[in-house]
Amino acid sequence: MHEVTIVSGRHNHLIDPYLTIWHWQIPTYLFLGGLVAGLLFFSALYYLRGKEEEYPAIVRLGAIWAPILLAIGMFALFLDLDYKLHLFRFYMTLRLKSPMSWGAWTLITILPLSILWAMLHITSVFPKWRWPHPVFQSVVSYTQKKSKLLAWILMVLSMILGMYTGILLSAFNARPFWNSAILGPLFLVSGLSTGLAFLMLLSKNHEEHLLLNKIDLMTISLELFFIIHLFMGLLASSEVKIQAAKLFLGGPYTASFWVLVVGLGIIIPAILETLEISNLGKRTRVAAVLILFGGILMRFIFVQAGQLSSF
Amino acid sequence: MARYGMVIDTQRCVGCGDCVVACQTENNVPVGYCRDWIVQDVQGLFPELYMEIRSERCNHCENPPCVRCCPTGASHVVEGGIVLVDKDKCTGCKACIAACPYDARYVHPEGYVDKCTFCEHRLKEGLLPACVEVCPTHAMHFGDLDDPESEVSKLLKTRHHHVLHPEAGTKPKVFYLT
Repeated sequence: MHEVTIVSGRHNHLIDPYLTIWHWQIPTYLFLGGLVAGLLFFSALYYLRGKEEEYPAIVRLGAIWAPILLAIGMFALFLDLDYKLHLFRFYMTLRLKSPMSWGAWTLITILPLSILWAMLHITSVFPKWRWPHPVFQSVVSYTQKKSKLLAWILMVLSMILGMYTGILLSAFNARPFWNSAILGPLFLVSGLSTGLAFLMLLSKNHEEHLLLNKIDLMTISLELFFIIHLFMGLLASSEVKIQAAKLFLGGPYTASFWVLVVGLGIIIPAILETLEISNLGKRTRVAAVLILFGGILMRFIFVQAGQLSSF
Repeated sequence: MARYGMVIDTQRCVGCGDCVVACQTENNVPVGYCRDWIVQDVQGLFPELYMEIRSERCNHCENPPCVRCCPTGASHVVEGGIVLVDKDKCTGCKACIAACPYDARYVHPEGYVDKCTFCEHRLKEGLLPACVEVCPTHAMHFGDLDDPESEVSKLLKTRHHHVLHPEAGTKPKVFYLT
């Protein structure tokens, strides 16, 4: 037997009996950040390939939704801060060793750039759109000239944004479940997949829907591979990580994770997408809804499980 | 430059909790919170049981993960190797709390993160940390780990000791004599 008991009555709020410092705000941001990374990446990619007319949802609608969803995600992050007046402190320094500092600077760079990107596409989505002041028109005209450069920058930044959502968690040695380098790539592909699912809901064009299905099938296959890799890595590591993996292998998150996230959020959508691609099934939005559901649930479960795992 | 550390004799500690109360009083710790606490660590199988009583707190690690992950520089190391939080820079993002394997930090009701300071304000006046000062069994010792003549160095030289979670790689500076 080995039992460690705190006998002086420590009951620090949010720390005891186990860590509960991060609530709905963090997984909400991680979900929206990943989704926006997907929207911006594919919007910029297909813009650079000159497919604006062919794939209007990917290039244009994605561009318009991105800053809106990103702003909501950033607001959720703001709500998480316990000393909100000190928000500006993030931008008084750059701490190279702190993932959160990288994230704060990435977000503050990508938000205005994604707004410019949305402004570039707004008139093609809403033909009757009129800018309230000529200064907006000149900003758009200037951006138009540099649109390829902006697309390239957004592609790189969106990768960092998507990756960061996982790296934020993986940088904590003290929380064994999060402390895996695979979390960055896993959250990136999951983010790309939720972005594609969101675009599937927006797309009205059959060709485009089919293309989204094909790319998404690749990303969720990768996601499944990374999930298996995550657990193999944890199980092959030290005792604290084996205990962390057991939260999902017989522990409290077993059913919710494997049935709802992996089964309903990855495997069933993969089957539906395969059927649609091979012309066996009808065109459906069910796969997209399930992917979004699986994506948000995975982040809620991961944020909670990481706080439950400790030394 | 000094490298402060704390040495706690688990053979002497009776778990009275004076250190906890002294800290709360000295540092005006908000009601319901504590910067140090007592644990009973019981090992073995009845009747062969072994119990270690420890007074625990921030370990002022030499490789502090809380300082590394802080996005604003609020968590920092000062002279003597003491890890402190500058409440004017803290945003309450709680990354440092997630990073601490000892759960030694908490969010102060005013919104910034708070923890043990090794009573840095007392050290400046040449006094010992409040917890060490009040220990009725003289189980707690404080001093410069780099000075071979200091009480803490001598104790560590002559007695078996351990630190908490050495596998976390944080190099703690609170030592427990066994």
